[in-house]
Amino acid sequence: MNASGWAEILFTIGVTVALAFPLGIYMARVWQGESTWLDPVFRPVERGLYWTFGIDPNKSQNWFGYTASMLAFSAASFVVLYLILRFQDLLPFNPQGFKGASPDLAFNTAVSFITNTNWQSYVPEATLSAFSQMAGLTSHNFLSAAAGIAIAAAVARAFAANRGEGLGNFWADLTRISLYILLPLAVVVALFFVAQGEPQTLTGHVDAVGIEGGKQTIILYPTASQEAIKQLGTNGGGIFNANSAHPYENPTAWTNLLEIIAMNVLGYACAIAFGIVALARKEARALVAVMALFVLGASAVIYWTETQAPPAMLAVHAATAVNMEGKEVRFGAPSTAVWAAATTGASDGGVNGMHDSFMPLGGGMAMFMIQLGEMLPGGVGSGLYGMVVMALIAVFVAGLMVGRTPEYLGKKIEAREVKLAMLAVLILPLSILGFAALAAVLPVALKALENSGPHGLSEILYAYSSATGNNGSAFAGLSANVPYWNATLGIAMLLGRFAYVVPVLAMAGAIVAKPKLAPTAGTLPTHGPLFISLLMGVILIMGGLQFFPAQALGPIVEHFQVLQTVAAQH
Amino acid sequence: MVRAVRDSFVKLDPRQLSRNPVILATEVVAVLATISTIDAFRTGASPWWAFQLALWLWFTVLFANFAESIAEGRGKAAADALRAQRVDVQAKRLDDKGGFVLTPAFKLHAGDVVLVEAGDMVPSDGDIVEGVASVNEAAITGESAPVIRESGGDRSAVTGGTTVVSDWIKVKITADPGNTFLDRMIAMVEGAERRKTPNELALTVLLAGLTIIFLIAVATLLGLGQYSGVKLDPLVLGALFICLIPTTIGALLSAIGIAGMDRLLKVNVLATSGRAVEASGDVDTLLLDKTGTITHGNRMAAEVVAAPGVRAEVAMKAAMMASLADETPEGRSIVDLAVEKGLTGVPPAGSTPVPFSAATRISGLDAGADSWRKGAVDAVLKLVGLSANQVPGELSVAVDRIARAGGTPLAVAENGVLVGVIHLKDVVKSGVKERFADLRRMGLRTVMITGDNPVTAAAIASEAGVDDFLAEATPEDKLRLIREEQGKGRLVAMCGDGSNDAPALAQADVGVAMQTGTQAAREAGNMVDLDSDPTKVIEIVEVGKQMLITRGALTTFSIANDVAKYFAIIPAIFVVSLPALGALNVMGLANPKSAILSAVIFNALIIIALIPLALRGVKYRPIGASKLLQRNLLIYGLGGVVAPFVGIKIVDLIITTLGLA
Repeated sequence: MNASGWAEILFTIGVTVALAFPLGIYMARVWQGESTWLDPVFRPVERGLYWTFGIDPNKSQNWFGYTASMLAFSAASFVVLYLILRFQDLLPFNPQGFKGASPDLAFNTAVSFITNTNWQSYVPEATLSAFSQMAGLTSHNFLSAAAGIAIAAAVARAFAANRGEGLGNFWADLTRISLYILLPLAVVVALFFVAQGEPQTLTGHVDAVGIEGGKQTIILYPTASQEAIKQLGTNGGGIFNANSAHPYENPTAWTNLLEIIAMNVLGYACAIAFGIVALARKEARALVAVMALFVLGASAVIYWTETQAPPAMLAVHAATAVNMEGKEVRFGAPSTAVWAAATTGASDGGVNGMHDSFMPLGGGMAMFMIQLGEMLPGGVGSGLYGMVVMALIAVFVAGLMVGRTPEYLGKKIEAREVKLAMLAVLILPLSILGFAALAAVLPVALKALENSGPHGLSEILYAYSSATGNNGSAFAGLSANVPYWNATLGIAMLLGRFAYVVPVLAMAGAIVAKPKLAPTAGTLPTHGPLFISLLMGVILIMGGLQFFPAQALGPIVEHFQVLQTVAAQH
Repeated sequence: MVRAVRDSFVKLDPRQLSRNPVILATEVVAVLATISTIDAFRTGASPWWAFQLALWLWFTVLFANFAESIAEGRGKAAADALRAQRVDVQAKRLDDKGGFVLTPAFKLHAGDVVLVEAGDMVPSDGDIVEGVASVNEAAITGESAPVIRESGGDRSAVTGGTTVVSDWIKVKITADPGNTFLDRMIAMVEGAERRKTPNELALTVLLAGLTIIFLIAVATLLGLGQYSGVKLDPLVLGALFICLIPTTIGALLSAIGIAGMDRLLKVNVLATSGRAVEASGDVDTLLLDKTGTITHGNRMAAEVVAAPGVRAEVAMKAAMMASLADETPEGRSIVDLAVEKGLTGVPPAGSTPVPFSAATRISGLDAGADSWRKGAVDAVLKLVGLSANQVPGELSVAVDRIARAGGTPLAVAENGVLVGVIHLKDVVKSGVKERFADLRRMGLRTVMITGDNPVTAAAIASEAGVDDFLAEATPEDKLRLIREEQGKGRLVAMCGDGSNDAPALAQADVGVAMQTGTQAAREAGNMVDLDSDPTKVIEIVEVGKQMLITRGALTTFSIANDVAKYFAIIPAIFVVSLPALGALNVMGLANPKSAILSAVIFNALIIIALIPLALRGVKYRPIGASKLLQRNLLIYGLGGVVAPFVGIKIVDLIITTLGLA
């Protein structure tokens, strides 16, 4: 650890948060249907889309209508994507002549991309055609992200309303967010990536002769455009198997910085926009602070664990006493640490290092960030509504302590809201721990595991955490492209996305109908240091209480075992 | 106490526990632990540890039941006392022919008219249709001095169980059998009709949710443990589960609610539902009647302004002499003021009082040749033969000033000469200003309701420090104001007694009816103040807040406790198979069995330890939401994390010393 490492971590997080403010202000305008400076370009396209699909953007939907639209859209997306993947051999742009994906892989991958997870059970450059990549996956990198942000917008409107009914129009939200936010941002970021040397071509590959005379096939793809939306939409699914550790996905220190910023900035911006729309700017800034402090804390933990001299290497008197396995060697431990924290906190899942190769506690920390519920700052949109759910629970418990029925942002929190919030948070332990416990005893599941012992358990836990949290990163060491894993991980992704979102939207439906109360001196303040520490405490304790036993059997015991083994050798 | 212990066992019935998911879950695990103990006996393994575990799990359930029973017990005792009052009386039911037939009270229906004579007990609730009587209401209010009840007006209601001590009345019965005020009061204090309040319901949902989360966390350990080569005893997992679920708040939740009602009963307020008590904690706007709540019922002398050319002492003395014979509180306050200024308030020998009459609107005192008079300004001017524009400038300025400040000017004449003006003012009760400031810090808005004109009302409002006032208020104004406030999403509390208050009382979220009020008012409100003290509404708000604070504090404490329990149990259950996890045993507990047992024992004992707090309630401090939260988070949040580390360690030391595990 050194000062420049800490400075790099602080700078990266600081810049991300700072950029989120103007972006959030702009996003709020888009959510509210106000005019933006991009209107001349996109307004005609937007109108055209409404006209084509017969959408009345001003027709506000109640929570049920909004949810039904969102689910219908996701279901249709799933079917189309599944068919594209299954029958890519019959479709154009398949220069390498790949076969159609197996049913379980097509299911898993289709679910993965409509849920904004981008879990990849396969090696992309050896499995998918350019058509599947672009028409199938990249389009969902936009649309699943837009759907997440749309739900955040609906939740924001619920808090803004005073005895209202509608949450907005899902189709209009989806259109506007894709056109005015994701598309232009992706273009700007992609151009920057191209300038930094990322490939952007439809040429499948070039052949080269290496210095040793061997023939090499270098696969190219339109990488820069894919990379931009991969990070901005917290998708994380790489063109290449090595993800952002691959030099084409992440060629320079500048792309490395921008990719970290890109995967978090919209998450924070959603909170800022939420604050503007829900008339709670101060409260939203508190949410941003909670998110950023967690990313900072996790970065610090990982930076610390990954720069400690590994006991095993000390034991053999290795020349270098730092565990550089799985690190982004070009950029060093701090950039790997802050990336790991940002990608696991954000449900992005793109990686520039291998979490599997971290020291046990470092890997455990990355996993814990996912298990905390993917809201730090979380997936685009989904992080915000996850955070609102936690804020409701925190306010409910602590709010009683000031002697009033708790309120959050002027809305009373009563049995219905608590019920729906609990229903949503139940999904995480149910899916993560439930599937992990099942996999831990089923031979069919264990066959796919490369490691045994606590590290193997970490791999299992990480896989289901990643799927349920819609993160998509893998702990590696798990050959997941088999029917059992494809199926269960697919279900975990579906639960993590939809079994969470439906109660959240139902809750928004309950909240929108309530009167918006003006705060009084007796109202629990939901901003400022006290609330920030309260909310952080609730997130930490809730997460810790659920996952501590499982983590104890995985990373924690591994950590102590490493220490003991080495001590025993001396 | 004995009854509470007995009831704790009766409540083991799972059907009764189904209201409380956390404790029901505990009972299920206790049953499993018992079976496992019996099993150990059968197989010949050492049953000693399983037996202790089972025992303490049962204690956990019993302690929870005990907490509820002891809270209910207080109410039951009060109910028994009330029931003793309700003897079966023979009512004199009037028939069409002008006579009466003796009818047992429990056969009286609404609409019947009965005659109640001196010495009779009023058989049921009703309104007086004819007659005046003094009634002893000690049975209901505990106040032994009889009160006057008469037909018409705001004092026409009588309550079953009270006794007529003089004269007679004809009462039209308004309540059907079993539904009288006394019946409902008994049902209330017994908690027979207790339903979960909205907030209790929300909290129960939260606790049930947490219980399910922990069930998942513990049940999945079976699979994860098997993978890791850990043999997990189901009994141990059960113990872990019980330690994690929020048993503390689960056990004390209903006791907190009952105790809240009980605290109200102690200040002589009867709530018709727990919901009303809870709502009172949430009140945003308090409507307070000026008279009796904010000001003393009577005006008091504040100063005497001397006429030009008259010395101040002379004017003061004249005012005193004119009031010596005046026995009204206002008259006495003038004498008190003079005595305060050093005069002796003894009437001269041979003086004769001149009593107040409505015709002259003047009173005073004659002593020999001297005479002193005081009265309304225009009346005294007429007496001394001055027209309004002949009044000396200084005096007319003073009169204006007094009126503008909300006071009443009285003129004083000595031997037919105008010597000064007395300032009678509405005196704001001492301490109310501070109390309103406290309320403001807790986010409550106070609105004063008065029949005074706006000028007077504004003056008193600013002196008392209320946030707003409603002057020249009619009952319709009150109702409109309540609806307006509620329209903004605010909860409103008010108190009232007259029949014309009934709509407002019914509309308000917390409507406190005075026991001395009409039957209509008592029916409309959701609380009855047996002392008929309008200031009581402030105490009611505090009790409501205290109840919510106690719930929040114990929930926070309960959840915070889990951190330490993990550090006790997780290393204990894994250390045999995975010795490396011994490093997590930060408390240095003696051995795995003692660690688990200690956590379970601590978990049970903490319930008993917190019963007094649940019954008494966490102290409410009007220091503003932010400070209050900070304080309670520190005590119950941080304290909740730290306390069990210490507690479990101590229990561990004790049980290892005793050789129990």
